[in-house]
Amino acid sequence: MNPMIAICALTKTYEGGFQALKPVDLEIREGEIFALLGPNGAGKTTLISIVCGLVNASSGRVTVGGHDIVRDYRRARALIGLVPQELTTEAFESVWNAVSFSRGLFGKPADPALVERILRDLSLWDKRNNRIMTLSGGMKRRLLIAKALSHEPRVLFLDEPTAGVDVELRRDMWQLVRGLQANGVTVILTTHYIEEAEEMADRIGVISRGEIILVEDKATLMHKLGRKQLSVHLQESLAEIPAALGDWALERSDDGQTLTYTYDAERHRRGIGDLLNALSAAGLAYKDVNTTQSSLEDIFVSLVREKA
Amino acid sequence: MNLYAIRAIYRFEMARAWRTLTQSIISPVISTSLYFVVFGAAIGSRIPEVEGVSYGSFIVPGLMMLSLLTQSLSNASFGIYFPRFTGTIYEVLSAPVSYLEIVVSYVGAAATKSLILGTIILVTAALFVPIRIEHPLWMVTFLVLTAVTFSLLGFIIGIWADGFEKLQLVPLLVVTPLAFLGGTFYSIKMLPPLWQTVTLFNPVVYLVSGFRWSFYGISDVSPLISLAMTLLFLLVCVAIVAWIFRTGYRLKP
Repeated sequence: MNPMIAICALTKTYEGGFQALKPVDLEIREGEIFALLGPNGAGKTTLISIVCGLVNASSGRVTVGGHDIVRDYRRARALIGLVPQELTTEAFESVWNAVSFSRGLFGKPADPALVERILRDLSLWDKRNNRIMTLSGGMKRRLLIAKALSHEPRVLFLDEPTAGVDVELRRDMWQLVRGLQANGVTVILTTHYIEEAEEMADRIGVISRGEIILVEDKATLMHKLGRKQLSVHLQESLAEIPAALGDWALERSDDGQTLTYTYDAERHRRGIGDLLNALSAAGLAYKDVNTTQSSLEDIFVSLVREKA
Repeated sequence: MNLYAIRAIYRFEMARAWRTLTQSIISPVISTSLYFVVFGAAIGSRIPEVEGVSYGSFIVPGLMMLSLLTQSLSNASFGIYFPRFTGTIYEVLSAPVSYLEIVVSYVGAAATKSLILGTIILVTAALFVPIRIEHPLWMVTFLVLTAVTFSLLGFIIGIWADGFEKLQLVPLLVVTPLAFLGGTFYSIKMLPPLWQTVTLFNPVVYLVSGFRWSFYGISDVSPLISLAMTLLFLLVCVAIVAWIFRTGYRLKP
């Protein structure tokens, strides 16, 4: 299957010499939710802006749905909806007119029924005749999404969609994105909230200092890099780890109350059951055990640090 | 051709004018009336006829041109500068529209507003002084050409400006003086010979002269030269706009 978006050796050096993108190669599959993770200033927005036609690339090539974004910009852009990071809206227009305007701008004939459905889906229907300047920040965010969806795009870019957004809107947005995916829309979201990527994405790309340092299925990524830790809280503190447990590579906490066993499913075949048996055999009583799995956040931090 | 986009932008821009309808009609009516009170009644009664036309009637084409120039500039420059300022320009730049379509819709809307304004001024003036239009077709031609040319110039200024001050700078420092010195309120034949020659470097002279000829059949320079100069000015503006879009100047980093 051809990728929905193919980015090939894309670079961007801004006037003044700042290199925002080193050669970037990336393919986005049709119908997936792709999360682009990276710290502030990593190049996320620059990458999106080039694909959407807001920034000229210095070199390299991008196709969307097989159409080159420069030579065949009309067909490429008609497929794309963009929700920008900043709340950039008109002030005096009504919600209804703003959304209808966007649809026309993307070359689609007026379709009041569709606009109504989008506004209802985004809880904007009651506000349709309001001037945009009277909307709250969250409502403006919804409006930007409505505008981006007004021309029925096949690809939706959400640039930090949940920055400064309340819990309710965040949940609505996640639900909306899943609904779009069910209709075959490809969604690319940038975020530095790991939680969001973890919740939503099928695949995750990590960008740092203008380079894509990793692209992986979320599950694989979690599996591959996700370490598990078993903490055993002992009844009595331990001066040193008994020799019988020497080959388990346990870590003893300073107060001797806790033993920590770090493992991951790939490399260590010995299960935690064996360890607990070994502990009992060594005569150690424990009052509690708990396991933790490293989150995407830990993975992300360690990745970015590694490359820095 | 993305006609839906052209219509969307055009209507959006026109809607901006309708929202401020009263001020867009009342202010030109008032300022035109003031000019007639001052130049027509107070001063004009002491000025003899200019080439067989009463002074009050003589200044009508110049007055229309003056408003047409300044309004075309401010409408068009504001129309494109404001979305740049607020950031909403992102949507137009990310849309499947060609540069030509963007220019046609923004400049078309600005020129339309100027033409409506010109008509309002003409009607207001007709209440004060007798007006005759000897070459109506040429009058409309000059009107449309000027509105389009200065809307293009406004569009260029709106893209060049990186602050509200600059947006005001060109109209205030360049266009208004050129308009006042361009024979708006006088025939350049009234000037000393040296200044008559200097004045010929002022493009507004040709606009006003040609436009006045379409009214009363009198002109400072030949109407054909006026037409040629207007078209030349139009071409220069088109070339600059083409360059802006080819390089992405001030629009795309």
